Amino acid sequence: MHSRAERRLPPAISVGLAVATVALSLTGCAATPAPDTVTVLNSATDTAEHTANQKFFDRCAKPLGLKVEQISVPADQVASKALRMASSKSLTDILELDGSELPQFAGTEGLRPLKDVGVDTSGFSGSATSLGSYDGTQYGIARSVNSLALIYNTELLKEAGVEPPTTWAELKTAAKKMTHGSTYGMAFSASPNADGVYQFLPFFWSGGGDEAKLDNGKGEAALQLWKELVSDGSASKSVVSWNQQDVNDQFVAGRAAMMINGPWQVPVLSAQKKVDWAVARIPVPEAGQDAIPPIGGTVMAVPKNEDSAREKNAGKILNCLNTRKNQLQWGESVNNVPTRAAAARAYAEQNPKLAAFADLVTTARSRTAEVGTRWPVVGDALAGAFQSVLTGRTSPEQALHRAQQQASKGK
Amino acid sequence: MSTFASTSPAAKTSGSSAAPAKADSRTRRRGLLRWLFVAPALAYMALFFGYPLVRNIVMSFQHYTPKTYFTGEAPFNGLDNWRAVFADELFAGSLWHTALFTLGSLLGQFTVGLALAVFFSRRFRLSGFVRAILLLPWLVPMVVSAVVWRRILDQDHGMLNSALHAVGLTEGGVPWLNSPGVALLSAILVNIWIGIPFNMVILYGGLQEIPRELYEAASLDGASPWRTFRSVTLPMLRPVVTVVLVLGFMSTVKILDLILALTSGGPADSTQTLGTVTYQLSFLQLDFGQGAVVGNVLILISAVFAVLYLRANRADFGKGK
Repeated sequence: MHSRAERRLPPAISVGLAVATVALSLTGCAATPAPDTVTVLNSATDTAEHTANQKFFDRCAKPLGLKVEQISVPADQVASKALRMASSKSLTDILELDGSELPQFAGTEGLRPLKDVGVDTSGFSGSATSLGSYDGTQYGIARSVNSLALIYNTELLKEAGVEPPTTWAELKTAAKKMTHGSTYGMAFSASPNADGVYQFLPFFWSGGGDEAKLDNGKGEAALQLWKELVSDGSASKSVVSWNQQDVNDQFVAGRAAMMINGPWQVPVLSAQKKVDWAVARIPVPEAGQDAIPPIGGTVMAVPKNEDSAREKNAGKILNCLNTRKNQLQWGESVNNVPTRAAAARAYAEQNPKLAAFADLVTTARSRTAEVGTRWPVVGDALAGAFQSVLTGRTSPEQALHRAQQQASKGK
Repeated sequence: MSTFASTSPAAKTSGSSAAPAKADSRTRRRGLLRWLFVAPALAYMALFFGYPLVRNIVMSFQHYTPKTYFTGEAPFNGLDNWRAVFADELFAGSLWHTALFTLGSLLGQFTVGLALAVFFSRRFRLSGFVRAILLLPWLVPMVVSAVVWRRILDQDHGMLNSALHAVGLTEGGVPWLNSPGVALLSAILVNIWIGIPFNMVILYGGLQEIPRELYEAASLDGASPWRTFRSVTLPMLRPVVTVVLVLGFMSTVKILDLILALTSGGPADSTQTLGTVTYQLSFLQLDFGQGAVVGNVLILISAVFAVLYLRANRADFGKGK
């Protein structure tokens, strides 16, 4: 005979269990890690990246008698995860954010100025310093940064007999010349999200556009350039839906002779044999001008903690990660440019193919330096502007006028 | 129950004045017991549905920003969030897109799902196999289908345009995802594809429940197939149809992942829905107060339809008793 398996628990016990489970799970998330452990919240969910990170952390932590524990979540969830942790007072000792998100967090006054925890940021490039700053105070430190450049198919350029374009006019002619069959001369991302905005900025800024005053009359030129590239067929109409990954796919498939992209595509580009490529600066409106691309990358910040010893430990780790040697090695492992000026120079010498990126970050500009916490709204407004121009809904003037209204609403 | 109390021996011996009191306490005990059984469910509802709902409503009247998470302070700002959201052109647009998207998706999913269910309710060779294949869209994660569809719908190299070109239907490619006028339609088509299996499976189940004799009777009466469908199948299927439509509505009106992966709300905001606007406000601009406003609008719309659904089904509940 079988006994009945489904004997119900008496209600009192089951209620008690439920209460206990809820109580446990509530207190569980506020547990403090051991005093010799430094916790880090970052977006290194990729196994290779996670392991590489851990190697650098361990190398720095061991001599100090510390351990580092990484909590990694997908990049687009770091901010919301950090906020949730902040509300339960369980934020990690080091918080690694995208540079464009730093002002939002610094604005909460929940971050410790790096100077206060003994982090030395002298000798860093100006653009890297501005990437980690909010309201004149440095809250975040970037180990390496990236930017955008013009990556071109050397064979197709040679066939068409054109040099890598340096001005907008040259860009248009070169792109036109190389457009035939299923190959477009130029590819870029104009998607309505961060990818598209990031790619629009080098043109917008080089032309004199200003994110704090979108309708200053100078941003139209960049919109006009993009519009012409698409309307004369030199760039696909699909740019409005391509993200940076799609752009790279098109380039690798030989369907684009030139593209705007960043150094994070280098592993993919190096791994394929079909297309010979090289890197050049982003073309500027007039010969002789400096290209002003955006600076990107993640910054590490130290959230305020009642236990100042933990803050100090975090500071020590940050100092170690940012020595010249560690920066250089890290930069090479992720194809990004080190932020110490000296390390960046060494990087350019050792990676001549990527020297263009190393040069660009010296003139690159931080997205949030001018508008701070309002960047997400401004970025959205800019995306709306180029999307409506590229789909033929509005003229560049109207688009930027509307964008400015949008960006300043509720200010 | 009170009739039992008056005929019990205790009531008879203790006289007429005590009887109602005792019956009273008994009903009270029964009532209490009844509530005790309902209590866990109520507590669960209050904790996991009531609390978030109330919080979301309160939040829409607060200045709720990243700072709130650190300091716990969320000053009330009256109707500021509501005014800001309603003044934004994007909101009106997204409301309209959500309506079109939901209506179009439901209509497409339901018609195709019903047609397929009727088709497969007849037994024939390979019917089971084909039915299994038709379930495929249901098994694929939403984001994966969106990525695949992005390839299919590509203007230059997409399969759909190549096919259309091959049969000579179009010259020079339809801008499926690149034109503000077409993108929403493409999103609806993809969502219909995703929703067909669900509709088909539920309606197929409903069709199996209809007694065969009704069809025999109908054919004896000489009813045409269309007449049989209208007078036998549809009325018998009614309860299932309501369930399918309401569930379909709930999952379609809050659509987010499909659109984010397919178009990110573009081009030129032509596929922004209430779902994507909430996401944008709350998680990209980190203005949780304004995000909550749009969320509340979504809740309100869903609530209206839930009430309509309950009203429509009230008659059925009555019969059940």
